Amino acid sequence: MIALGQHWEFIMAAYLGCFAVVGALIGWTVLDGWRARARAATLEAQREQQRAARS
Amino acid sequence: MKRLASVDTQAPKPGFWTRIAHPGLFLGWSGHLVIPLILLTAGLMAWGLYLAFLASPPDYQMGDTVRIMYVHVPTAWLSQFCYAVMFVSAIGTLVWRHPMADVSQKAAAPLGAVFTAIALYTGALWGRPTWGTFWEWDGRMTSTLVLLFIYLGIIALWRAFDDQLKAARFVSVVTLVGAINIPIIKFSVDWWQTLHQPASVFRLDGPTIAPEILLPLLVMSGAFSVLFLTLHLVRMRTEIVKRRIRTLELAAARAAGGAQ
Repeated sequence: MIALGQHWEFIMAAYLGCFAVVGALIGWTVLDGWRARARAATLEAQREQQRAARS
Repeated sequence: MKRLASVDTQAPKPGFWTRIAHPGLFLGWSGHLVIPLILLTAGLMAWGLYLAFLASPPDYQMGDTVRIMYVHVPTAWLSQFCYAVMFVSAIGTLVWRHPMADVSQKAAAPLGAVFTAIALYTGALWGRPTWGTFWEWDGRMTSTLVLLFIYLGIIALWRAFDDQLKAARFVSVVTLVGAINIPIIKFSVDWWQTLHQPASVFRLDGPTIAPEILLPLLVMSGAFSVLFLTLHLVRMRTEIVKRRIRTLELAAARAAGGAQ
């Protein structure tokens, strides 16, 4: 166990808070990207179907 | 003759600036950077955390609370660096109408807000055991809080417009005006009486920090900076896809309207 001195709770709160927020930011960024790519793929497929139906 | 004809019909190879400016080409080359940037971020972060907790001594005055600096200083640096990225992008939008400039601005704003909020949070947690208070309305802390509000205002402005090209021009003007806060943050510790210490890393006469503490500080700053670059790149790619979605949805709506 690392000895963090008498103010260990401030140090742990700083790191846990920081990495929780950074983790949430990474998760949101990845999820947002996935959702956008899935939506774009659906719309592209619909457009191709409409083109094929017209021709 | 045949050979000449084939040369004439070949499209010219896109130059460096075209490859950056064209959203489709940007999606192509930037895709190769994401995995190396993730690996570099993870490696630097692991090394930085090892140095921060296991291979650096307590400060002779602050004791172990100096370890909070290894997350506070990088996020405080990024809160301003992110704004600098938005400032340059705003010039790109207003002066050159660069197609990627407003994408860069929009992608950077939430990152800047998050890093500013973390800097304020970790600063408060460092201030309590060191100064005896979580918060003081002094120049550095107040101007950093103002920076957070500027970021939140810019994010709200992006969301207020349906037309993102029009939004980009409004946001660019607000970003350029709001940039006045950056030198205020930087020089607040010199201009006013403040609890916050003056600059100790970025100084003309060199850092005033002991090398054992400076090394983890620089490694963690590098780790957070590469993390920012990675997230910014990924968010720019997502924003391009979202604009493509908007175009496809409009086209689908027009087609549905025409078919009726």
